[in-house]
Amino acid sequence: MELILAIAIGILTGSGVWLLLRPRSYQVIVGLCLLAYGVNLFIFAMGRLYVGAAPIMPKGGFVDPTAYADPLPQALVLTAIVISFATTALFLVVMIASRGITGTDHVDGKERSQ
Amino acid sequence: MSPDTVPNHMLIAPILIPMVAGALMLFYNDRNRQTKLVMGLVAVGLMFLSSTELMTDAKSLTDQGETVVQLYRLGDWPVPVGIVLVLDRLSAMMVMLTALLAAPSLIYAAAGWHGKGQHYHSMFQFLLAGVNGAFLTGDLFNLFVFFEVMLAASYGLMLHGSGPDRIKAGLQYIAVNLAASLFFLIGVALVYGTTGSLNMADIGREIATLDDAQRLLFHAAAAFLGVAFLVKAAAWPLCFWLPPTYGAASPPAAAIMAIMTKVGVYVILRLSLLILGPGAGESAGFGAPVLMIGGVLTMGFGMIGIMGTPDLARKGGYLAIISSGTVLTAVGFAQAGSGAELLGGALYYLIGSTAAVSAFFLIAEPVSRDDEGEDDDAPAEEEPSKGDAQMWAWTPMGLDTVEDTPDPASARTVSWLTMAICFSLIAAMLAGLPPMPGFIGKFAMLRGAFQENISIAGHVPAMLWVFSAMLILCGLGSLIALIRFGIRRFWAEQGPSPRILALEIAPVLMLLGMLLLLTIRADAVLGYTRATATALLDPSIYRETVLHQAQRVDAAPVQNLAPDEMPVEEQQ
Repeated sequence: MELILAIAIGILTGSGVWLLLRPRSYQVIVGLCLLAYGVNLFIFAMGRLYVGAAPIMPKGGFVDPTAYADPLPQALVLTAIVISFATTALFLVVMIASRGITGTDHVDGKERSQ
Repeated sequence: MSPDTVPNHMLIAPILIPMVAGALMLFYNDRNRQTKLVMGLVAVGLMFLSSTELMTDAKSLTDQGETVVQLYRLGDWPVPVGIVLVLDRLSAMMVMLTALLAAPSLIYAAAGWHGKGQHYHSMFQFLLAGVNGAFLTGDLFNLFVFFEVMLAASYGLMLHGSGPDRIKAGLQYIAVNLAASLFFLIGVALVYGTTGSLNMADIGREIATLDDAQRLLFHAAAAFLGVAFLVKAAAWPLCFWLPPTYGAASPPAAAIMAIMTKVGVYVILRLSLLILGPGAGESAGFGAPVLMIGGVLTMGFGMIGIMGTPDLARKGGYLAIISSGTVLTAVGFAQAGSGAELLGGALYYLIGSTAAVSAFFLIAEPVSRDDEGEDDDAPAEEEPSKGDAQMWAWTPMGLDTVEDTPDPASARTVSWLTMAICFSLIAAMLAGLPPMPGFIGKFAMLRGAFQENISIAGHVPAMLWVFSAMLILCGLGSLIALIRFGIRRFWAEQGPSPRILALEIAPVLMLLGMLLLLTIRADAVLGYTRATATALLDPSIYRETVLHQAQRVDAAPVQNLAPDEMPVEEQQ
């Protein structure tokens, strides 16, 4: 399971980095999304991998902490997802504005040949 | 919680005040700009008062010989688990600096810039909330959240006023910062994975006990975090976004964004001394060479940039880079163990240079304005950069364009002269010439560097010579670049002066007054920054205060939830 997760994170991050370095703003935003997915999975994995363990403790407090998955990375991932989603949406707006004003979707606002 | 510890609620005020003010402003129609301006000024005033209170607290604590650190537990959760705000001398100083820079920027915006887009004042307040939160928090992930609050507001402020230049620069600014945020997250996750904690003080304690494999991972985490913060602090290979962004942003936005590079510097200062300082076992001094060499290269890059670019606002960006590079190098030296004097001088320089860079952004637009004074709401006209031919159109070589002007050709208004004097004072400050705090700060750094090294080691390391040379060269470079601009603009050009509003002069004068005060009270401020540096170089005080309160709650059934202490379940 670790291997599969590691490979998945690697593929997501690698594709994300490659797309991030492309000249078209659409590629950049898709790259950022993929990178964010990779990073979110990575945060999740930092709580170690559990199979079949409950994420939340029952009412009444600690019973046996070892029977539960680490809840903190889940909280972190949730925050990270929300933030990266919001900033990506904002980036999309700026991207569309840039496309509308400059007439090109190149990240420099002009085609290389011009 | 035990009733003997009444939390100091003032600690959260610098975050809550701007956040509430910014949210309240959203209830008003965006046309009520004057109302919003008044609300913003009141909020900044309250923020300033609370920061003076915090600073008094931080100072009095040390004077009584007690702990220099105050804690505020958010939601009253026990310490290693819950999020804490931490007040010490450094954070009190930075919060006060933020409040001091915010007021001039707001007043300047009232001259017309705040009407050029939507919700300027709300975004401004949210930015302040994010910046103050980043200065006060003691938790790594909470720091990320405040970073994002700050960045999201800065995206809006940076794009305020719109236009192709801003959108183009904004697109790149946002992309760079999103990537840096992801670096930040990877670093945070790795730190949590290795130390099992996100509390900065707790991480500092855990790191001494890591085994080799984990230490390697922790170093990787520190490197990831370092990249994220160095992007924000605009260290050399990561700083190319800064000049176009700050050059394109509207002047009041750029002026408050001058503090944002210092947020990156602050975090590096905090983390490298608290976590990777002398007490970190084998990890002590990790990253110090990078900070030293990178910082010197940053200064060199800024110096070349400021002499190379003709645009005044971009020059301001390079000045911000020089200022960051100087402090980063000093942090590197401090981490490598060159004593409190150097770091104290660097902190003094940080206050002065940040205020000066902020003033520079405010003065850059009026000084390079070409509107011949016919425009009443001057900043409302966003003129595309005219060519040189047009810029010189009213000189004697192009007399046909000035025949309609009633003034004599050499007409100079008082406001223009004031601006010229302010410009030269700011230039003197940024170049480090004697009456201004830039000189005192640089002198204090050099004195600290040489004195301590000679008295302890008997010689000065080569890197320190390079730093000293670069410090002086940067001053020379800034001086040449700014004087060249000043001569061309204020002496060589004839013709009527552009109209400059009192609302645009007042904030510059405010910042200059602050700088002069920094010179006059240099002994007090330097005393404060040196005590700050001493406290920073002894992180055990900070750590023990934060974690001392943690032990009190360890009696509760809360266990340390470090994942490495849990028996990893057999997979499949």
